Amino acid sequence: MGHYLLRRLLTVVPAVLGISVVLFAVLALAPGDPFAEMALNPNVPPEVQENLRKQFGLDDPIWQRYFRWLLAMLHGDWGFSFISRVDVDTLIWSRLPVTLAVIGASQVLALMIALPVGIYSAARPYSWFDRIASTLAFVGFSLPTFFTGLLFILLFSIKLDWLPFVYRADLAATGAEWWVQQFRQSIMPIMVLALFQAAGWTRYVRSATLDVIRLDYVTTARSKGLKERSVILKHVARNAMIPVVTLVALNMPAVFGGAVITEQIFRVPGIGSLLIDAIQRNDTPVVMAVTFVSACLVILFNLIADILYGWLDPRISFR
Amino acid sequence: MEEAELRALIEDVRTEKLPRRSFIERLVGLGLTAPMASMLLMHAGVANSQPAPVYKGTKRGGGGALKTLWWQGPTLLQPHFAGGTKDQEGSRVFYEPLAIWDNDGNLVPILAAEIPTTANGGLLEGGKVVRWRLKKGVTWHDGKPFTADDVVFTWEFVRDPAAACVTIAVYKDVTVTKVDDYTVLVSFKKPTPFWATSFVAAEGMIIPKHLFSPYVGAKSRDAPTNLKPVGTGPYTFVDFKPGDIVLGAANKNYHMPNRPFFDTIEMKGGGDATSAARAVLQTGEYDYAWNLQVEDEVLKRMEAGGKGKVHVVPGGDIEFIQVNITDPWNEVEGERGSVKSKHFAFSDPKVREAMSLLCDKKSMQEFIYGRTGFATANFMNNPERFRSKNTKWEFNIDKANALLDAAGWKRGADGIREKGGKKMKFVYQTSINPTRQKEQAIVKQAAQKAGIDLELKSVSASVFFSSDVANPDTYGKFWADMQMYTTNMTAPDAERFMDQFISSEVSQKANKWNFRNISRYVNPEYDKLAESAKSELDPVKRAATYIKMNDMVVNDFVIIPLISRPRVRGGNLKLVTTLSGWDLDFSALQNWYRESSPG
Repeated sequence: MGHYLLRRLLTVVPAVLGISVVLFAVLALAPGDPFAEMALNPNVPPEVQENLRKQFGLDDPIWQRYFRWLLAMLHGDWGFSFISRVDVDTLIWSRLPVTLAVIGASQVLALMIALPVGIYSAARPYSWFDRIASTLAFVGFSLPTFFTGLLFILLFSIKLDWLPFVYRADLAATGAEWWVQQFRQSIMPIMVLALFQAAGWTRYVRSATLDVIRLDYVTTARSKGLKERSVILKHVARNAMIPVVTLVALNMPAVFGGAVITEQIFRVPGIGSLLIDAIQRNDTPVVMAVTFVSACLVILFNLIADILYGWLDPRISFR
Repeated sequence: MEEAELRALIEDVRTEKLPRRSFIERLVGLGLTAPMASMLLMHAGVANSQPAPVYKGTKRGGGGALKTLWWQGPTLLQPHFAGGTKDQEGSRVFYEPLAIWDNDGNLVPILAAEIPTTANGGLLEGGKVVRWRLKKGVTWHDGKPFTADDVVFTWEFVRDPAAACVTIAVYKDVTVTKVDDYTVLVSFKKPTPFWATSFVAAEGMIIPKHLFSPYVGAKSRDAPTNLKPVGTGPYTFVDFKPGDIVLGAANKNYHMPNRPFFDTIEMKGGGDATSAARAVLQTGEYDYAWNLQVEDEVLKRMEAGGKGKVHVVPGGDIEFIQVNITDPWNEVEGERGSVKSKHFAFSDPKVREAMSLLCDKKSMQEFIYGRTGFATANFMNNPERFRSKNTKWEFNIDKANALLDAAGWKRGADGIREKGGKKMKFVYQTSINPTRQKEQAIVKQAAQKAGIDLELKSVSASVFFSSDVANPDTYGKFWADMQMYTTNMTAPDAERFMDQFISSEVSQKANKWNFRNISRYVNPEYDKLAESAKSELDPVKRAATYIKMNDMVVNDFVIIPLISRPRVRGGNLKLVTTLSGWDLDFSALQNWYRESSPG
């Protein structure tokens, strides 16, 4: 186990370096620069742009810029945003809580929907419940989030006037009032994301459970006279959950990365909207930091998923 | 309009034969800005009209929250680093200039005690020195007094090239000296008719010396105050998340009585223009929304919701087409679009004229812009309601056909005109934006009827407007036959604006396509006029020259002005704003209030 972990960690280093090179190269080769807004303003002399290019080191060759970035990164210096001239880590930290809360809540909600529905459907395949659940699941993951988001706004904000559609990270209220307002403004983005995610996961849980439910040991458990409830929960669900755990673990980096489109629709000031703004304005240090951290998290959670897998399923050994 | 006529008009205003407002409207109709027209009057000794802002608030605070939506949220709150208006607006909540421009082009004092005039001894040495008297008893949000030192420091801070301030152009050529604690002198190298640039409006915000003095030059990025502004404005700083939200609270010690009306202010960023319009006009979730670039049809439907209304404020933005008179396709002396080259068709003014006849501005206004754009013939701005009857533009396919026939362009078998084996096929580029693509389609349709084949090309805005030297699709390179975008006449004075056609400003390889004459128009006569305008002491002569220059570029058809775009804002029905087309939205934020019943 120790050896396995060490070997995996060693392979992470070149992978992370490779990712950073690719990301940096793509960003450097992408057209545009962060000064588009200034260019249109006749009062900003071109010298200012040139001066800023020089200050930000945009005129240096790509490889020089890359090594400068890498070196700073190793020192824990993430650089600063070309647009707001604020340190990148400050920007990310200011956006992270919102993303964790909204995306995190939606993932938990999605699991809370997907697990019972998926398992129950598998326990009674082709029953009415299963058919309805399957139909809804297909509808759920065929509808893109930007569509359901707009639909929700149209229904709950405009037609019914129940919920606000602009999300605010700084609510003026305190105490119970704060929770009420927070609930009202978060429910739509959370539901949009949760329903989409739950739809996919339900199908997955169902098929994973179906795989297990037909195995001999389940029949044995039943013939021992165990109650159906404990057969499903203790014997079937536990084993069926092994692949699901991997799937969920692999999805965790998304909690950091945010949901670009949903965040844009509801004006949720999360990592996703930070990333899209940064991309649109060619704010390389921010794009680099967000994408790089996401990539690292993917690698990390892959590793965690593999270890979890072995822990849950003793038949798998690490060598 | 000739100089003599202009003088007669000014005299009429002085003797009160002509209302001040009509004078300004006429000059705006000729393509000047309202502030420029107003400066002419001031120079002639006609006092500023006192547009009493009908502020009805009777006490400070108590107005609740003012919630505004900026679909592009401010990314920084240092007015002199502001990359765009959104950042200037965010800064303006906290910082203030000495004076602002109101919608009639009046200079209104904010931190100044009075507007300098010849009469009050504010304009000295024949226009070379301006004396500003500062308001006494003004304090920064942290309680320190505001004095002349802060004004002088702001100038020192900005003019340092190492600080890379975007407002440097306004400050680098002036000298600012302190006379006493409440008087400063702004000296120009030569007499300057349009002196109200430094410390005025968007680029004039004063920053506190006591907080910024340790952070000048290259260290300026590290100043903690960049993120936590301390100004003199109506609201004090509460919180700021770049690109997301700016929060402020009423300044208890604000220097104007009974102001501000609101207890808190919020600027929320993100999202898009359409949903911002919806939140203000239809659901009333927010009080005010900036820059509603949405089709008028959609806006009207939302207004039917009865929560808010659209404010249309005339300003200086012009949507226009540039016609390439150089050859964008072949390299001459190592560069495409070299000034030495000639365009195969557009080098002939008759062809350019034909092209301009094919731009159906009326349809653009009617079907695309509605209330949010006016067809225009001038390059310098020209809102419809002020339009002089003398300027004209025409949409006439027959006339265009006749012109092209006469110029020797004969229709080929496929209906496309050709001459000397060259087919009349043009590439017409612009940035990606649904409105622009519709405009392109309107021009293409008309061009087809005249035997011109337009290839429409649209480039992502972040690429099109970038100064990226490696990219062939930037507007600065203009490697296409025609291109279209909106230019913002942000400065109230026309000098920088009309620089766009001087030969020394030609955008080319040598200056990394960074210079401002993108149409690469070269006309010695225009250069001469521009040069004479720069050193012209008499503001009347100067104004007459700018009008002539405007006529020159328009009548030479190097550019085809299409639509004058006023500012389109959304406001709650009860919200009373003081908006100016010549300054920031928040330039008179202290006067905003909410009426108790819908007005």
